[in-house]
Amino acid sequence: MKSGVISRSGLLLGLAGVIVIGLVTLVYHFTHDAIVESEYQALLLALNSIIPEDSHDNDIVNDSRALSANKELGLKKDALIYRARNKGEIFAVAFPVVAPDGYSGPINLLLAIDRQGKVLGVRVVSHLETPGLGDRIESRRSDWLQQFPGKSVENPSHEDWKVKKDGGIFDQFTGATITPRKVVNAIHKALMYAEAEPGVFFDE
Amino acid sequence: MNNPEQINTSYSKIVQEGLWNNNPALAQVLGLCPLLAVTGTIINALALGVATMMVLIASNLAVSLLRQYIPNEIRIPIFVLIIAGFVTIVEHLMHAYLYNLYTVLGIFVPLIVTNCAIIGRAEGFASKNAALPAVIDGISMGLGFTGVLVALGMMREILAQGTLFADASIMLGDWATTITLFENYDGFLLAALPPGAFIGLGLLLALKNIIDQKMRTRKTKNIPVYAIVENPETP
Repeated sequence: MKSGVISRSGLLLGLAGVIVIGLVTLVYHFTHDAIVESEYQALLLALNSIIPEDSHDNDIVNDSRALSANKELGLKKDALIYRARNKGEIFAVAFPVVAPDGYSGPINLLLAIDRQGKVLGVRVVSHLETPGLGDRIESRRSDWLQQFPGKSVENPSHEDWKVKKDGGIFDQFTGATITPRKVVNAIHKALMYAEAEPGVFFDE
Repeated sequence: MNNPEQINTSYSKIVQEGLWNNNPALAQVLGLCPLLAVTGTIINALALGVATMMVLIASNLAVSLLRQYIPNEIRIPIFVLIIAGFVTIVEHLMHAYLYNLYTVLGIFVPLIVTNCAIIGRAEGFASKNAALPAVIDGISMGLGFTGVLVALGMMREILAQGTLFADASIMLGDWATTITLFENYDGFLLAALPPGAFIGLGLLLALKNIIDQKMRTRKTKNIPVYAIVENPETP
């Protein structure tokens, strides 16, 4: 009798699981295309904010190449390099850069450079910095990131690739030096790597 | 099977319970993790509140409709399954149609599963009541929870940033604008940080207790004397 109850309960529980999984699968099926589209649009918006939309003529989101995990860029996992082309020729690339040692965790950036190694734009993808202090690196909170476009490994010189507090040329924030310092370092390191290994970024 | 006895089918009573007397956040003090974590701005608070309410209504309805078929021994795992299913559905829908909001709320959308307020209503109310009262309970409890989230979000956003409805467009579309209350406001950092959330919730709890006490005193005044002497501590 007892075992009858147990097996009946087990069967019912299994049935409930199958029904719920069925429902979730159905919803997944109907939302899948919209999710892919949303992610495409979000990535396109992010890429267009650092590589001007009218400067390239390719579908930048789908023109990517694998970038393997890389210490110089702070990447612990494989990622993608997005290529901006004009008449078939790659003139700029966008790739993730991570400042692994932010004030309260890694700061994920998206950096765009051209063939000369000049910064086209930087975007903060995600971070865990203090609201109101370190989060001013976000472009919607301040124009701090606007300091970077036009900069390269030679401009400014090696000694000046620091925040002002450390004797460099980049602004920090009142009450938050660590966050800007780590972002500046991460970008500098990435630019040095791109200069040393241009093939990683610009080879077909 | 639970006793199908109707605990209380008076709808205004159910609404009152959810919104105030037995409010999930202020009286049951449940679901505090998302409550404290996402109330940095009104919009985040509202979004998580509405998502939670949708799950609550759906799970209350499902549990109520299935209550005769769910054996008592396995009711809790089945409730969890139902809730997890609805949370996943809400998560997919947000991911598809409210992408920016989804990225802002992040892990707190799937974590709605662990909001004890939801399984609490499934077990405590929906499994013992008919579909309509269960849905009304879901709406009232959901609104009660959302109300506290929004109140806390409003307090923290005003104090921390001097604005209201920051980033409203990611939830409501482009017509929504941010209201700036104080120009050139320096910001009160504590309100944006986790301690600010705890202090804010403490203040809301205190406020509710003060109001309840006021109401009770007013009621007591109208009660004839013999009703009071039942309580030996009252002189």
